[in-house]
Amino acid sequence: MQISTDTKLFDDLSAVLGSRARSGDFELGLYGKDGSVLEGQPAIVCLPVDTEEVRQVVRICHDHGRPFLARGSGTGLAGGAVPVGDPVIIATAKMNKILDVDLDNRVAWVEPGVLNLDLSKELSPLGFHFAPDPSSQQVCSIGGNVANNSGGPHCLAYGVTSAHVVAIEVVLPDGSVTVLGDLTAEPHGYDLRGIFVGSEGTMGVATKVAVRLTPNPPSVRTLLLDFADVRDGAATVSAIIAAGLIPAALEMMDKRAIEIVEAFVNAGYPTEADAVLLVELDGLPGGVEHGVEVIREVAARHEVGNIRVAVDNEERELLWKGRKNAFGAVARIKPDYYLHDTVVPRGKLVEVLEKVYNIADAYDLIAVNVFHAGDGNLHPILAYDSNEQGVMERVHAAGRAIVTASIEAGGVLSGEHGIGLEKRDYMGMLFSSHDMATQDLIREAFDPQGLANPLKVLPSGSRCSDSFRQHVPEGAWV
Amino acid sequence: MSSEDQNSQEILDFASQVGASGPVTVVGGRTQWQVGGLPDPGAREVVAPSGVWSHQPEEMTVRCGAGTTLKELSEQLAKHGQMVPLDMDPTATVGGVLAVGRSGIRRLKYGHVRDLVLQIRHVDHEGKVVTSGGPTVKNVSGYDLCRLLVGSLGKFGCMAEVILRCLPVPQTTRWLSGPADPFEVYSKLYRPSSILWNGEQVWVCVEGVSSDVDAEAGLLDLEEVEGPPDLPTGRRVAVEPKSLKDLVPDGRSWVAEIGVGIVHTNDADTGWRVPEPNYSLMLDLEHRLDPTGRLNPGRQVVEA
Ligand SMILES: Cc1cc2nc3c(=O)[nH]c(=O)nc-3n(C[C@H](O)[C@H](O)[C@H](O)COP(=O)(O)OP(=O)(O)OC[C@H]3O[C@@H](n4cnc5c(N)ncnc54)[C@H](O)[C@@H]3O)c2cc1C
Repeated sequence: MQISTDTKLFDDLSAVLGSRARSGDFELGLYGKDGSVLEGQPAIVCLPVDTEEVRQVVRICHDHGRPFLARGSGTGLAGGAVPVGDPVIIATAKMNKILDVDLDNRVAWVEPGVLNLDLSKELSPLGFHFAPDPSSQQVCSIGGNVANNSGGPHCLAYGVTSAHVVAIEVVLPDGSVTVLGDLTAEPHGYDLRGIFVGSEGTMGVATKVAVRLTPNPPSVRTLLLDFADVRDGAATVSAIIAAGLIPAALEMMDKRAIEIVEAFVNAGYPTEADAVLLVELDGLPGGVEHGVEVIREVAARHEVGNIRVAVDNEERELLWKGRKNAFGAVARIKPDYYLHDTVVPRGKLVEVLEKVYNIADAYDLIAVNVFHAGDGNLHPILAYDSNEQGVMERVHAAGRAIVTASIEAGGVLSGEHGIGLEKRDYMGMLFSSHDMATQDLIREAFDPQGLANPLKVLPSGSRCSDSFRQHVPEGAWV
Repeated sequence: MSSEDQNSQEILDFASQVGASGPVTVVGGRTQWQVGGLPDPGAREVVAPSGVWSHQPEEMTVRCGAGTTLKELSEQLAKHGQMVPLDMDPTATVGGVLAVGRSGIRRLKYGHVRDLVLQIRHVDHEGKVVTSGGPTVKNVSGYDLCRLLVGSLGKFGCMAEVILRCLPVPQTTRWLSGPADPFEVYSKLYRPSSILWNGEQVWVCVEGVSSDVDAEAGLLDLEEVEGPPDLPTGRRVAVEPKSLKDLVPDGRSWVAEIGVGIVHTNDADTGWRVPEPNYSLMLDLEHRLDPTGRLNPGRQVVEA
C-alpha cells in the first residue's frame, strides 16, 4: 500500500466528512466481507449522508486515481461488495431516508441505504409495496437491490428489480451527478437506467432511486403441497406453468431442507415428505380461487400427498417463516454454508437437482435445496465446517461443478445474486470473448478509468486499459 | 442439419449481409419507419431472419428470428394459449418493435416491452454476432445489454434473434366505455390492463377470469364496447402519469393512457417539456458501439 498517498487521500476525505471518514482497524474489520465467503482488505471507509458528500468523495477518489466501492448492507452473495484493488469504501448506511412517496405517480424516491422491508412497511398502510422481496429483505438495501437487480419469491409474477425502478440519481465515476431514466413511461434516448440496474456498482454510486409502487393484492392464498418423490414436485412446477398459471410465488424445498426448517421453526412442514412446494396466488378473488383449483388438479395428476391451504394470515405467515428461515436453519447441521445461485429451464429441474446431489456426494458435502422453482432458479446450499482440513477446496470445486451442470442444461450463471468476484471467471462459460468485450465497452463509457468497483463482473483481459484488473490481490479467492 | 444449426446459419448469413463496412439499415414491417427520422438514402437495406424457431409452453419462452411478424408470433403462441403482449400492428416485426421500444396500450398491466426480452443476438458494427442476456426467465449474468438494444433504433446493432417471455392469454378480455372520471376509475380497479381517456370518454380494459372481470366491470357505470378507440397517430408524448390531471377537454383530439402517462395526439406541439437525459453519455456509448456510425445512419435516438 502507498502510505503517503493514503495519508493525503484520507486528509482530503476527512475534510469533507470529518469523523465519517474512517480508517481504524476495528471499523475496517467490518468492511472486508459481504455475505459470500470471499474476503478483501479495506483501507478507508466513508459514510456520506447525502448526494453532495458522495459526489465529493468520488471526485476526490477520481483526482487521486483511486478506486471506490459502493456498499449497502453487505448481504451480497457474489463478493460484489468485497474490496479488492484497494478501493475507498462508500457505505450508504447513513443515506436511509424515504424522500417522497408520490401516490399520484405511484412512485417513491428513496435513498439507497433504505432497507427493502422498511420501504414496504412504510408503504403498506397506503395500500402499496415494493414488489422485489429478496429473502434478505429485512437487512438488504435498495441500493444493493438496484446494483444486483435482485429478485425474490414474488418476482415470479411481478418481475425483478429492473421492472420496478423507474429512475436513478447516480454519481458517475468522474464525480458528476446525473439522473438515469425519469418518471415518464418512455424517457428520451437510450435506456441508461436499464444498463445501470444490475451493474453491481461498476458504473457509479446510486444516490437516489425512484421505485414503482405496486398495489397490495386484494386476495391472497398460500398452499403447501407435499410429494413423496421430488420428481413429482418438480414436474408439478412445470405443469402449473404449462397450464397457463403464473402464481405470485412458487418455491420448492427438498427433504433435507424440510427437516432442518421444521426442527428450527415448527411450521408444521411434513417431515416425511421428499419435497414440498410453497405456492402463493394473489390478485382478484376469482383468479385466485381458479388458481387454487388448477393447482389441485395439476398436483393430483402428479401424485401429490397433502395439500394444505393456509386458513388465515397467521398460518400463511407461518408457512413463509419456514421458507424465509431456511438459510439460518442450516446452521443446525453445519456451522458454515455456501449458497449457490443458478437458473435452469424449469423442465430440467429434476435432472439438475439429481446432479447437485451427486456432486455434493462426490465432494463429501451436504446439499440442501430450497429455491425459486417457478422460474427455475436453483439455490443449492452446501453445508460444511470450515475447520475441516481442505474443505474450502472441495466447496469451490463442487460449486464449479454445479455451475457447469446448470449451463450444460441450458441455464445461466446467476438468477439473482450476480457475478461479482465469485463468478467473474465463469463468464466465459456463457459468453464469448467478443460478447464480453462488448459488455466492457459499455462499462467503459460509464467509467473510462476503471475506478468503480474494480475487478468485478468481467474477467481480466476483457478490456486492455484496465490496470486494476491485472492482478487478483492476495486473500481474495476468485 | 438440425433446426438449431439451421437457425444459427441464418444468423451468420444475416451477419455477413450486415458486413463490416458501409452504411446499413434494417428493414422490418415499416410500420414505425418514421420514428427517429429516416435512414440515410445511401444505406444498404438488410432484413433480419424470420420464423418462430422454438416455443416452449412449459417454459413460457419463445425464440424467434427478429424479422418475424407479430402476426406469425401470436398465431404460433395462441396454439398453446400464450401471447407476448407487444400490441402493435400485426405486420410489424419483433425486431422492429423492440428497436423502436414503444409499448402497446396494455402497458399499464404488462409493463414495458423491454421487460419481456430475455436474450438478444445482434450483429454489431464489425459484422460479428453478440449474445446478451440468457435463455431462462430469470438471469443476472453480466451486463444487461438487451435493455440498451430496446429503443436503440438499431444504432448499437442489428437484432438477429430474440428470446421473449410469454404470458398466458387471459380467459376474458373486456373493453368498457362511457363518460367517467378516469382517475377515479384507476383508483377503483386492481391492476386494469388499460385506461384510455380523451377528455370526455374513458375506455377501460379489464382482463382475467370472468368472475373477476364481471366484478370489476360492476364497479364502473360503463357500457361494453368492441375495443379501444382509434388513436391519433400524429405525435406520442410521454409525461409523468400525474400530469395527465392537467389535461383539459379542449375539443382537440388526443387520447391519454391513464397511469402510464402516454398521450397520443395530432397536435404538432403539446407544450409539454420532457426531462433532458444525459446526452453526452449516450453519444459516447453510440461512438463506442459504432465508431463509424454505419448502423442505421440518419436515425436519431439522441436529439442533441
Ligand atoms: C440469507 C440471504 C438471502 C438472500 N436472498 C436473496 C434473494 O432471495 N434474492 C436476491 O436477489 N438476493 C438475495 N440475497 C443476496 C443479497 O441480499 C442481495 O443481492 C441484496 O440486494 C444485496 O443488497 P446489499 O444492500 O446487502 O448490497 P451489498 O452486498 O452491500 O452490495 C451488493 C452490490 O451492490 C453494490 N452497491 C450497493 N449499494 C450501491 C449503490 N448505492 N450504488 C451502486 N452500487 C451499489 C455493491 O458495490 C455490490 O456490488 C440474499 C442474501 C442472504 C445473505
